[in-house]
Amino acid sequence: MTDVSTGGASGTGAPDPALDSKIPDGPIADKWENHKFDLKLVNPANKRKFTVIIVGTGLAGAAAAASLGELGYNVKAFCYQDSPRRAHSIAAQGGINAAKNYRNDGDSVHRLFYDTVKGGDYRAREANVHRLAEVSVDIIDQCAAQGVPFAREYGGLLDNRSFGGAQVSRTFYARGQTGQQLLLGAYQALARQIDAGTVEMFSRTEMLDLVMKDGRAVGIVVRDLVTGDVSSHSGHAVVLGTGGYSNAFFLSTNAKGCNVTAAWRAHRKGAYFANPCFTQIHPTCIPASEEFQSKLTLMSESLRNDGRIWVPGDSGDERAAIEIPPDERDYYLERRYPAFGNLVPRDVASRAAKLEVDRGRGVGSKKNGVYLDFADAISRLGRDTIEEKYGNLFQMYERITGEDPYAQPMRIFPALHYTMGGLWVDYDLMSTIPGCYVVGGGKFLRSRRQPPGRVRSHAGPGRRILRPAVHDLRLPGRSAR
Amino acid sequence: MRLKLRIWRQSGTSGEFRDYDATDVSEDMSFLEMLDELNERLIESGEEPIAFDSDCREGICGMCSLIIDGRAHGPELGTATCQLHMRKFHDGQQITIEPWRARAFPVVRDLVVDRSPLDRIIEAGGFISVPTGSAPEANDVPVPKEAAEAAMDAASCIGCGACVAACPNGAAQLFTSAKVAHLNLLPQGAPERDSRVVGMVDTMEHFFGSCTNHGECEKACPKEISIDFIALMNRDYVRAKFSNRALAGRH
Repeated sequence: MTDVSTGGASGTGAPDPALDSKIPDGPIADKWENHKFDLKLVNPANKRKFTVIIVGTGLAGAAAAASLGELGYNVKAFCYQDSPRRAHSIAAQGGINAAKNYRNDGDSVHRLFYDTVKGGDYRAREANVHRLAEVSVDIIDQCAAQGVPFAREYGGLLDNRSFGGAQVSRTFYARGQTGQQLLLGAYQALARQIDAGTVEMFSRTEMLDLVMKDGRAVGIVVRDLVTGDVSSHSGHAVVLGTGGYSNAFFLSTNAKGCNVTAAWRAHRKGAYFANPCFTQIHPTCIPASEEFQSKLTLMSESLRNDGRIWVPGDSGDERAAIEIPPDERDYYLERRYPAFGNLVPRDVASRAAKLEVDRGRGVGSKKNGVYLDFADAISRLGRDTIEEKYGNLFQMYERITGEDPYAQPMRIFPALHYTMGGLWVDYDLMSTIPGCYVVGGGKFLRSRRQPPGRVRSHAGPGRRILRPAVHDLRLPGRSAR
Repeated sequence: MRLKLRIWRQSGTSGEFRDYDATDVSEDMSFLEMLDELNERLIESGEEPIAFDSDCREGICGMCSLIIDGRAHGPELGTATCQLHMRKFHDGQQITIEPWRARAFPVVRDLVVDRSPLDRIIEAGGFISVPTGSAPEANDVPVPKEAAEAAMDAASCIGCGACVAACPNGAAQLFTSAKVAHLNLLPQGAPERDSRVVGMVDTMEHFFGSCTNHGECEKACPKEISIDFIALMNRDYVRAKFSNRALAGRH
């Protein structure tokens, strides 16, 4: 048995020296402040002598490239899309958390830290989470100054909402497109550096391998996706901002191009990969229309606030949903979890839906989903209220399935949505390969909340993607010191 | 259903339409999944698959394109190609599929085009110059709610280039004006308001055709961005040119 607490890979229980997380000494609230002072500065005149390679231009990669370019380093940035603006961070919806305490409701850096550690099932590295909570306030300042059109109050100040089970309102949002707007902010900052000549951008280029010399990462091998040419680039540090591994599973909500090649190549070169089992499966996706379809479209889990989940009592029931009388339906979540009902945590809801489909009680022509029924909510609250709350989602559902969710229940099925495992990093975000840093979704145990409670299951996906991704990287010079 | 597809195939500088039969097309498939299926078949029979762009497949990344029966992103309004489904077509229909057609977007291969001139426009001023760490406290600069909402309307542009492809002149006014308006409507964007619009418009004109108010762009836009933003951009451009001239006169 491997002793997880010591990180011993050998199974002897002795700590693996490669897994020294280098957490600074001192009280948790002082660690980051002290660490910043302890780090060696680079003479401004010397910065241009260093080249940093950044793979991926999502929130983490683009922000890193722009920030390091501004500081005067030579940056080479790579993405497989035709433009850095297309990274999958763009699909995040919900919002981004910060301990601004604008609502005077008792929020603080410590409370954000506490909530995040608790929400992460006590598995996140606390020193990193505290740093994340500390810099959260600067992130909002930076984004607002960059022109991210966050929602505003009538007085012109920033609006907040409560998200993901938090008892304070600390989520900043830009309609349901927060990820898009944050990414465009980072992309625009990157565009400014490309124009200034500090960042050289390689789009339609994929990373094939990590180049090692004497145990250090010193560059990458890439392929031009238009010409097929293979070339190599050397640098003093390699930063991977290449996202998670959801697409290693068949059903996933991730973009088609997110294929985790870069992280895998780094792993093959010796970078430890941590907690691959730690994934998040989203219960309210639209089921596949054909066997070959692997990309599912995600709908906000807020739907579960008013929708009731059920399957026919008998497997093989061919009747349409509205023809099945209430006593022949199995509202299995309400039956099994009377206290939480349809608002059980997302992993419980996902597992239960999979179980019902495996039992042959699935619905739809492919028998690959369960019903999410709004009939009760519509008769109780009226169609207008439901339309106001979920109009966009209902429209999206109808566009994809051709079914009217006001007249018949939606069909839903879980799919992989987010991964919390990834390449292991120390406090400086360096992997077990010296010189190879990992930022954003590619690294392990980001302090992503696993929502274990009633309200938590309402959380939109966006905040969870955004928070760790942005926070780690708006730290100039840190990730590629 | 069964469909007859006329698809533009191009490798190098010239191309041609080729006919393909799509059989067993389910109406629940998305348009791109229909092409995925066709590609699977082509690969199995040893033929070169059809190159097309796509990534998120949920209508937000802006990577997908395609002129479908002469319309950018196909027949459904406010919908990107990846969100278009086959139930919008009927059995036996012939569908013509082309890449974006615009001089500024050279065809890379088949249905894939090079849209990098859009990135050049953003690099010419589509940002607010605020180095990391130098931002003031966010609530120090209030933004009127109306301004934030209008900026958000403009900022929802996904940069797909459908506006350019739909325009008879191959103009990029809608794309450019959406970014100009997003940033120029916000107080944070005010200091660079003039240099931004001049830089972006001049770069745009270097690559793209001129706007003659056809309005096709608005109709093709998957995010239904309003051409009112073009008027706003033109106003800002004229204003910037005049204020610069006034400055020049003083020296």
